[in-house]
Amino acid sequence: MPISLKDEAAIAGIGLTDFSKQSGVSELSLAVQCIKSACDDAGISPGEIDGLVTYTLDSSDEVEVARAVGAGDLSFFSQINYGGGAAVGTIAQAAMAVATGQATNVVCYRAMNGRSGKRMGQGVSGDISSSDLIHWSWYTPYGMLIPGSWIAMVANKYMHRYGVTREDLGRVAMSQRNHALRNPRAYGYGKPLTMEQYLNSKQIAEPLCIYDFCQETDGACAIMVTSAERARDLKQKPAIIRAVTQASSRGQEQMTSYYRDELISLPEMELAAKRIYDMSGLGPNDIDAACLYDAFTSEIIMQLESFGFCGAGEGKYLVREGALDIDGRLPNNTHGGLISEGYIHGMNNIAEGVRLIRCDSTSQPEKLVEHVLVSSGVGVPTGAMILGRC
Amino acid sequence: MGLDNAWWWEMAADDKLGIQRCQGCQTLRHPPRPMCGDCHSLEWDTVEASGKGSICSYTVLRHPQFPGYEYPLVIVLVDLEEGTRVTSQLVGCEPEDVDFGLQVEMLIQRDPDGFKLPVFKLAGNA
Ligand SMILES: [Zn+2]
Repeated sequence: MPISLKDEAAIAGIGLTDFSKQSGVSELSLAVQCIKSACDDAGISPGEIDGLVTYTLDSSDEVEVARAVGAGDLSFFSQINYGGGAAVGTIAQAAMAVATGQATNVVCYRAMNGRSGKRMGQGVSGDISSSDLIHWSWYTPYGMLIPGSWIAMVANKYMHRYGVTREDLGRVAMSQRNHALRNPRAYGYGKPLTMEQYLNSKQIAEPLCIYDFCQETDGACAIMVTSAERARDLKQKPAIIRAVTQASSRGQEQMTSYYRDELISLPEMELAAKRIYDMSGLGPNDIDAACLYDAFTSEIIMQLESFGFCGAGEGKYLVREGALDIDGRLPNNTHGGLISEGYIHGMNNIAEGVRLIRCDSTSQPEKLVEHVLVSSGVGVPTGAMILGRC
Repeated sequence: MGLDNAWWWEMAADDKLGIQRCQGCQTLRHPPRPMCGDCHSLEWDTVEASGKGSICSYTVLRHPQFPGYEYPLVIVLVDLEEGTRVTSQLVGCEPEDVDFGLQVEMLIQRDPDGFKLPVFKLAGNA
């Protein structure tokens, strides 16, 4: 009998460390701190953890983490590839594990000294040998070394085709900064951003400027997944996983899917959208708020189209009418997102999705939030999920 | 370099812009890969591109500035007239002069240690 993941699993706990430019501790230390915190949030002991999932890019592997945090016997452990594209994928793994009885309490985590240690924004380097590194060899000799350069190529084409302006990108950055103003954990806490500042800022990779980029950060975030049934008996109000999927589309590359017919849409996000809507029985009109992956502002506008909140080329209109703001149609990244809270590779966007369901965001919309859409990295093999109230 | 892409750089060293061609169904493909995704043939050969194409998209890189590159750096995605796309650099052009759809031509640039790289210039420019 086919198994659907619809409503099978839930997020029962979230845990985060402080965010900073220099944590002063190891990534393993950050990992175990956020995992302990997620267990405390859920009201379980770390000894009850029997599954762990992280990113292939994470330096703290599962058994090191398990030993350090005092986890029990593990019956499930795995890692997901593709940087921020892994975020929701870790939850998909955990949900499958609890739905099929492979594990009971699975913690997904991402711990990174993303500012003081290995900075993603420094891009790729090293010997060319694996298929992954050969992929980069088509770009590095030309100076395309950083994620912003890879994304700018798509953003520029998209903006040219649909008349999206730098002011539109600025509106996305300002909307998320406005959310962050109220979030003490956020990089942007208490630091307003004006359109004038935005437009006069340093260009990095045209059309993207410094405020279009996510904020490299030291910090960690853990998400505790268990069965929906068990989650109801734990400490917090659960965020039910209505649907979750990974998604990679034909012709996909990581960051540089330049050879498909169109550069003006995100086929992998459209695939993710179709799958989560089919799985949940919900549609765009049922989604009350979102945490769309936001390594770069342009990605937000494109995703509004991918997930069916508007038609192709119409994302700019939603942004201009304030849809992403706290009182808008789709309050988005109400913690500030990767751009204004911090770049924990999308894990912190999942945590905010859970807070929105719990009515616990520092920028909680006044309206009832029944369903939140959360997506993973843009331009890479990715994923998406819908969280709902129980 | 690896077994699947070394030939492309060898063609570049010979002042040529290469495109991989499936021998099963004659489909051109770039970047190179060992199997044709359409007919699943492992057999392939190469054709030499004319080097003519048009700008599909571009970006101007200004920061951060890595050693060994001259900034601002104009990066282009070129629709080759053969039908494949290639990522490259536009040289001899001010950032203000690059635009979507402009015709471009390939030339080979040799870096100080002799490595040859196919780059592009605006068609008609010296
Ligand atoms: Zn073929």
